[in-house]
Amino acid sequence: MSATTLHAPPLSRTRLGLRALMGAAVVILAAFPLLNMLPQDNVLHVSDFLVSVSGKWICYAILALSLDLAWGYAGILSLGHGAFFALGGYAMGMHLMRLIGPRGVYGHPTLPDFMVFLGYQELPWYWLGFQSFPFAMLMVLLVPGVLALVLGWLCFRSRITGVYLSIITQAMTYALMLAFFRNDMGFGGNNGFTDFKELLGMPLNTGAARATLFYASLLTLVGCYLFCLWMTGTKYGRVLTAIRDAENRVRFLGYDTTSHKLFAFVASAMMAGLAGALYVPQVGIINPGEFSPGNSIEAVIWVAVGGRGTLVGAVLGAFSVNGLKTWLTSAAPDLWLFVLGALFVAVTLFLPKGLVGLIQGRGK
Amino acid sequence: MTRIIALLLLMAAAALPARAQDAFLDALPGLGGNFTAQAEAVDRLGAAGDPRALPVLRALSDGRLVKLSDGTLLVRDGAAFTNAATGAAATPAEADTQRISINNRVRVALRGALGRLQIISPDAGERLAAAEGIFRSRSADNVGLLETALARETVPRIRDQIALALAVSRLVSADPAAKMAGITALGGSASPEARSLLLESRAANPDLAGQIDAAIADIDRRLAIRRVAETAFQGLSLGSVLLLAALGLAVTFGVMGVINMAHGEFVMLGAYTTVIVQDLLRGHPTLAPWSLPLAIPAAFLVTAAIGAAMERGLVRHLYGRPLETLLMTFGVGMMIQQAVRLVFGAQNREVISPPWMQGTMLLPFDIPVTANRLWILCFSLVVFLLIVAAIRFTRFGLEMRAVTQRRPIAAAMGIRTGRVDALTFAFGSGIAGIAGVALSQIDNVSPNLGTGYIIDSFLVVVFGGVGSLAGTLIAAFGLGVINKMLEPWAGAVLAKVFVLVAVMVFIQRRPRGLFPQKGRAAEA
Repeated sequence: MSATTLHAPPLSRTRLGLRALMGAAVVILAAFPLLNMLPQDNVLHVSDFLVSVSGKWICYAILALSLDLAWGYAGILSLGHGAFFALGGYAMGMHLMRLIGPRGVYGHPTLPDFMVFLGYQELPWYWLGFQSFPFAMLMVLLVPGVLALVLGWLCFRSRITGVYLSIITQAMTYALMLAFFRNDMGFGGNNGFTDFKELLGMPLNTGAARATLFYASLLTLVGCYLFCLWMTGTKYGRVLTAIRDAENRVRFLGYDTTSHKLFAFVASAMMAGLAGALYVPQVGIINPGEFSPGNSIEAVIWVAVGGRGTLVGAVLGAFSVNGLKTWLTSAAPDLWLFVLGALFVAVTLFLPKGLVGLIQGRGK
Repeated sequence: MTRIIALLLLMAAAALPARAQDAFLDALPGLGGNFTAQAEAVDRLGAAGDPRALPVLRALSDGRLVKLSDGTLLVRDGAAFTNAATGAAATPAEADTQRISINNRVRVALRGALGRLQIISPDAGERLAAAEGIFRSRSADNVGLLETALARETVPRIRDQIALALAVSRLVSADPAAKMAGITALGGSASPEARSLLLESRAANPDLAGQIDAAIADIDRRLAIRRVAETAFQGLSLGSVLLLAALGLAVTFGVMGVINMAHGEFVMLGAYTTVIVQDLLRGHPTLAPWSLPLAIPAAFLVTAAIGAAMERGLVRHLYGRPLETLLMTFGVGMMIQQAVRLVFGAQNREVISPPWMQGTMLLPFDIPVTANRLWILCFSLVVFLLIVAAIRFTRFGLEMRAVTQRRPIAAAMGIRTGRVDALTFAFGSGIAGIAGVALSQIDNVSPNLGTGYIIDSFLVVVFGGVGSLAGTLIAAFGLGVINKMLEPWAGAVLAKVFVLVAVMVFIQRRPRGLFPQKGRAAEA
């Protein structure tokens, strides 16, 4: 990346075009649950599958957006963003587990099924409070946020950057995965959480609940996008970009680069946690597999394919790669990993600016 | 005191064979008498502990012992006969032989006698089993038999077991001097069973409590040493695995500064090369036992070739962009893994260990050491030394160091830097392949083999200090030992998590690792 000037560049026509495209995509997506209600034989009918799968993609897009904030603007290539996503998901999962109440298989009034099965007598202390929705939502933001704060503070303070930071974040998500696989952690071990019943009083298996979650995710995506857009446009955002391009120069100019990066990293982790929290009730399960390093690195490739440091690109990348994945894993399952691997190679070698770069190149 | 007892023991052992010989000949005719005389004779033969009694008693038990009219006892083996007393071949008249029958009482006596006599059987396994049986039965009657057996025994391991059984038998005897000898002998062992026996006898012998306590303390000390040594070996063994996995990375990442996320897949390819070499040589009688040593150069060549192709074709274009290199190599690893999965299937492939890599050895203090782990430990050190030698003493190593330190100057001196880059990358990849050969012996050979090692390897390289091979060595063994030390009280998974966290915290304090490179190279 070449050094950029500290004032925002004028919006190019292609960039405006991309934003318009993004707005149009949001409008089309917003129509999905409504079109789902049309009769099956209608041309415009959208299947249940497409609604639920695009709901998942929206959550992935939020994760991609958060990663783009850290990698594209602060230069922090996190290979452990899946951990923040999963932690947010686990916080939401704990809330959903508490809401099951006595409707579990064992019918215990407070203990979730897996705890009864493992012989717990009472709820561990860290499960207290999760029956309250506001508390759970607070945890969805706080747990990933605090983890990012601690990890980021330790790393940025000792000026660990680049590949080293990437490996540390990967080791972090790997360690969390190993820890969450243990039964005696009190998080359901191997099986994680599932069999959710309701959220905020709505039964989860109804079309109305699916539509509500879909719109909540879409609103969050738009909100996060606008937040990132605003943040990267402020003076803070310009300094952040400068740190990405030449950290030492910015430090010598008198900026506290550690706290600048830390703020971006924590905000990014919270967004990832939010994405995870929206994801879990839509797919109905959360298990330690979400922590696997492969998931995190797949999220990186969404951003790389879309074009890092563009925000729009992250969303575009998340949708296009996941669209390809959904299609290929059913059409030619053996091919998918080849295609994904090839995407890594092709994007880094031939498309360093991603799809957005490709479109912008055409626009010039 | 102990010296006198030892002397007494020696004398007893020296006197025994003569006495036993007499006892054997004395008791033998009893076998031809009535059932009461038979049972008595069997008991006496069993207690005497003479090896000649074993075939005779077996013959009696199987109904193959015959008596002649003159009272001579013969052992029938098919159509051949031997004299029970002398062991000489005999040819009696068929009409003259009378089969000796036994009743249940004699059978019970026979079972006991045969069980005890097995301790002098020619078969080492039977002797060991008998010694263990007698150790558990704990009876003072066995002292004489055990003394005979101990004097005859030549295999050290069985000797130890017999000595232990003897000590226990003495411990329960009535004679205080023998008791003391038993306690002292048990104190010299390192067996948890001996410890619990001593604890038991402590209540029964209040007058000997002091000696028993001292003996228990002795055992505890030995057990502690054994535990420490066991942990140390397990730690070193894990360290050697980490070292093998990390060495290739220490070259590509440490020396070249190129991050290769496909490193784990190169290890996996090395393991699969072992499988292929083994399959190719299966029908070949002279070469098949050597398939594992032959797989080492094969794995090196295969992975080095793939590594060179990858460097020239892909990695070269991304020099100076480490994050992109990371992503690109990850993608390559993904494709290699999927290709192997499609070609060889997702299930584990079987690798046969050569005989010299199987089994367990016992070091002093009964420290168990599995042969394959010991081989891998030695192998990892040999590979390490070879790499150090290659980098320090060869022309290629010199050029490699020159290019790493100052690329433009090296180029100006006429070194073809591109070729050196390719060779270095191939070298590192080849080492990963060699690691795969070793790991195929202790890990499941599946397409996912490499994934488990990549993060550990990076931690080892970073912990040891990027660019320092000695650091990699120390970091690998250090992390291995620490991991195994934590395991007993934290569990395998938590120990791993602790080590990961500890390394992360350590990197905070010393971002350049244990042995940071000095000079310009340190300014990343």
